[in-house]
Amino acid sequence: MLRLLSFALFLLIWWIAALFVGGAKLPSPPAVLEVMIAEASSGALFLHLGATLARVALAFVLAMSLGSAIGYLMGRVRLADKLGDPWLILLLNLPALVVIVLAYIWAGLTEAAAIAAIAINKLPTAVVTLREGTRALDRSLDEMASVFAMPRWRAFRHVVLPQLAPYIAAAARSGLSLVWKIVLVAELLGRPNGVGFEIGVAFQLFDTPRLLAYSLTFAAVVLVIETLLVQPFEARATRWRPRAA
Amino acid sequence: MRLEVEITGKTFRSATSGTHEVLAPLKFALHSGEVGVLIGPSGCGKSTMLRIILGLDHEFQGRIARPPQARIGMVFQEPRLLPWRSVEQNVRLAAPDVTDAKLSELFRILELEAHRSHFPGELSLGLARRVALARAFAVEPDLLVLDEPLASLDDALAGRLRDEIATLVASRPVMTLLVTHSLDDAVRLGDRLFFLSPRPARILAEVPIAIPRDARADAEIAAIKAGLARRIQGEQGDERAGRDVS
Ligand SMILES: Nc1ncnc2c1ncn2[C@@H]1O[C@H](COP(=O)(O)OP(=O)(O)OP(=O)(O)O)[C@@H](O)[C@H]1O
Ligand SMILES: [Mg+2]
Repeated sequence: MLRLLSFALFLLIWWIAALFVGGAKLPSPPAVLEVMIAEASSGALFLHLGATLARVALAFVLAMSLGSAIGYLMGRVRLADKLGDPWLILLLNLPALVVIVLAYIWAGLTEAAAIAAIAINKLPTAVVTLREGTRALDRSLDEMASVFAMPRWRAFRHVVLPQLAPYIAAAARSGLSLVWKIVLVAELLGRPNGVGFEIGVAFQLFDTPRLLAYSLTFAAVVLVIETLLVQPFEARATRWRPRAA
Repeated sequence: MRLEVEITGKTFRSATSGTHEVLAPLKFALHSGEVGVLIGPSGCGKSTMLRIILGLDHEFQGRIARPPQARIGMVFQEPRLLPWRSVEQNVRLAAPDVTDAKLSELFRILELEAHRSHFPGELSLGLARRVALARAFAVEPDLLVLDEPLASLDDALAGRLRDEIATLVASRPVMTLLVTHSLDDAVRLGDRLFFLSPRPARILAEVPIAIPRDARADAEIAAIKAGLARRIQGEQGDERAGRDVS
């Protein structure tokens, strides 16, 4: 209820501001909605949104699985940690733009280059989070599993994974918000479709209604995915924790 | 099957004060069907010794001969349950071969029936300890290691669980190693009692109990305890005298 009220307030402020600033710089909500509907009925909106989401999904899965595996290894094996740490620091401090531009230069303006660039940007934070989680694993439970001769896979699934789940959820959440931002830049710079591409076009034409139509739809989709996918996963991962009544 | 323990030394390196010795040279063996009881002051190194025997700690001097195929049932000093799995899942994960009938029987004996689907966070410490016992029994171990399993249980329940341990030990050829601070538990369950010195632990006295477990009535137990009490006092006297001389 309060969320709805807050959203209504946002619309109201936007509308009032639009009246003061003028339609060219800040179009009013109905004007933006009109563009949204036009783009949706032509199918372009869904096409671009779909392309962007596909890139997000691919890069996200790639970075999460690779990052989790590397982070787990670095948390468990001291040698891996020593070897991987300098790379990690380098990647963490490399600006996203540099990675994207270099990827396009080295691999051409291809889909693979875009997805790899997005994944590489997300990778180090996933590694760091999972390494932290692995370091925090309860050794006494590992001992329990080894005394009772649990097979490796069963021990990993029932002893290790539940302890890592909150870290995986945290990495997924922060990683997703990072990927949302970077994907648009990658599209703007080197892809012929996607929300980022459309925003680039709108920028060149100074077409503010179109720009807002695409970015707000995109934001809405992000919001829906966050609440429908990420939050339930987080809740599930911590389900066993006793909750205060 | 036979467990042979021959430890010649164990030291811990502490962050501040260099190294400290936890186990002095000690040696004993345990056969199938035998219950060895370790009794010693708090902090003398009993849990450390158990970890070495179970192969969880390899940084010691000496040798442990444990049948490699021996199934181990362990009750750690703290319950060590998986907080994210229910009571039943906790037992089943450690003992995947346990039958439903056997599990139900264990839960009935340990009075855990009402808690099957609870998570460990919802249990009292005494309940959690019982789950740990159920888990150790469910694997039908060849080597049963119990680190103060009856602590924080009321006398009546502790008594019943003690009988249960005795039944289990009688029903299968299992080597049992029990750590306890209770002379009563030791005398009722043990075949051989090992009295340990303060840190670094060594075996002060090894006391066999000749009377079979099921033939020990209250009178025999009182007699054994009285004998032990005399003996312990004697030993402590010797210790003190020895220290005075040195
Ligand atoms: N990881 C460790 N690092 C350093 N010192 C340790 C470590 N684990 C145990 N110790 C020391 O070794 C000694 C023996 O500990 P242990 O847990 O074996 O005692 P215990 O006989 O089981 O005592 P209690 O009856 O209280 O359980 C203690 O003095 C303890 O401080
Ligand atoms: Mg102990």
